Amino acid sequence: MMLPYLPYAVAAWVFLWGLYGIVTSKNLVHQVVCVAILQTSTYVLLLAIGYKLGGTAPVFADIPVGTTVVDPLVQALMLTDIVVEAAVMALLLSMVVKANELAGTVDPEELRFLMG
Amino acid sequence: MRLLQWVILLLVAGVAPAVVLSRDPKSQVVTLSFYGLICALMFFIFQAPDVALSQITIGAVMLPLMIMLALTKMRRQNLRREREGKK
Amino acid sequence: MSSRTRTVFFLCSAAALAFVFAWGIRDLPPLGDYRGPYGNAVTQVAVYERHATDVVNAINYDYRAFDTLGEEFIFFASVLGVLLLFRPAGEEDKDGKRETKSEDTLPISDTLRVSMQAMVGIMIVFGVYIATHGQLTPGGGFQGGVILASAPLVVYLSGNVKTFEAIVSSPLVKLAECGGAAGYAAIGTAALLFGAHFLTNIVPLGTTGDLFSSGTIAVISAVVGMEIAGGFVLLMQSYLREIIEERLKREQ
Repeated sequence: MMLPYLPYAVAAWVFLWGLYGIVTSKNLVHQVVCVAILQTSTYVLLLAIGYKLGGTAPVFADIPVGTTVVDPLVQALMLTDIVVEAAVMALLLSMVVKANELAGTVDPEELRFLMG
Repeated sequence: MRLLQWVILLLVAGVAPAVVLSRDPKSQVVTLSFYGLICALMFFIFQAPDVALSQITIGAVMLPLMIMLALTKMRRQNLRREREGKK
Repeated sequence: MSSRTRTVFFLCSAAALAFVFAWGIRDLPPLGDYRGPYGNAVTQVAVYERHATDVVNAINYDYRAFDTLGEEFIFFASVLGVLLLFRPAGEEDKDGKRETKSEDTLPISDTLRVSMQAMVGIMIVFGVYIATHGQLTPGGGFQGGVILASAPLVVYLSGNVKTFEAIVSSPLVKLAECGGAAGYAAIGTAALLFGAHFLTNIVPLGTTGDLFSSGTIAVISAVVGMEIAGGFVLLMQSYLREIIEERLKREQ
């Protein structure tokens, strides 16, 4: 049955597509978005690791404490991951804007030499 | 439940190449926002509501916003450069 | 190496990488077969030990609070980096000419303006609600902070550039961001003053399900919300600074 291994396959698929986007990109902003796609593949992987069959969300506000829940630790890791993604994207985008200001272009092919 | 998980995983696997293959950043912003929403849906289906909230706010709102702001700033820089190049 | 060569080289390497992934996936436990001991242990004790019903936030702000401290400082450093990169250079617009013609900006329709202005209050209340109820329901400081930071953006989108400028250049924004980052470290250090380890939960825990329960989790959640909201508002301001100045000049 394929479903037990489908999330891992989806994570690998998204990772490879993100890499493809970075390698064949002609625009720095497009490249930055492909880095974000790469990061989402790790969320799929972490989600699949923590999932428990028949488990529900790890919030005990309205369910008794003993019920089966999925792993909360992996979700805490994913929260940190999303915050780090936001921080990294902000900095990467500001660097792209600065590169455009100094070099006049956002094509990585034309930005090959250092302008320092 | 298993059908839903199948469907959402295949949807994620289908939308990610669409984001990568939209080469123009202006159209990639829209696909990225949609991808963020689909990922948040996947987090809900796999019983992770905290992470889904985070993903909606960051991946579907803040990240496309920052990209659009960066594109606007770059457009202004290009316009100014053209103006000074013409003088 | 030309672009075509690079693509071909990448495709060969990607095929090898895909093979390695497939080989590795075979040994992973199938979906739903959760074996780890830590998740089971935490869900049994978290509600009793910390009086918090949201176990994910209890882990984030109490059991693994040190990691969250690092994550908040990553965000703080990144906002600092963006502000440094976009510092006003001092030599823009010396001639006072406008960058874009006034036909470039779209006129704001009345529907947009009214609906955006109606939403601002709701967004602020909702953001504060999510940020302060982190220990009870899904949410917490980070999500609430981002929702709060969208409120000034909605003000800008409704055309009120003057109000947006007044909001983002108020010193409260910088105070919120720095206060959030410093407050997190201060809460941790306060535990040291009582003889416990750094970031121990020393505030009285209260009853499960109340708003003022779970000790420092609620306080840290609120503080993190402040920092994230301040950080995102500062980010928006540094991107939009020139556009705001020009629109304000044009409106005068």
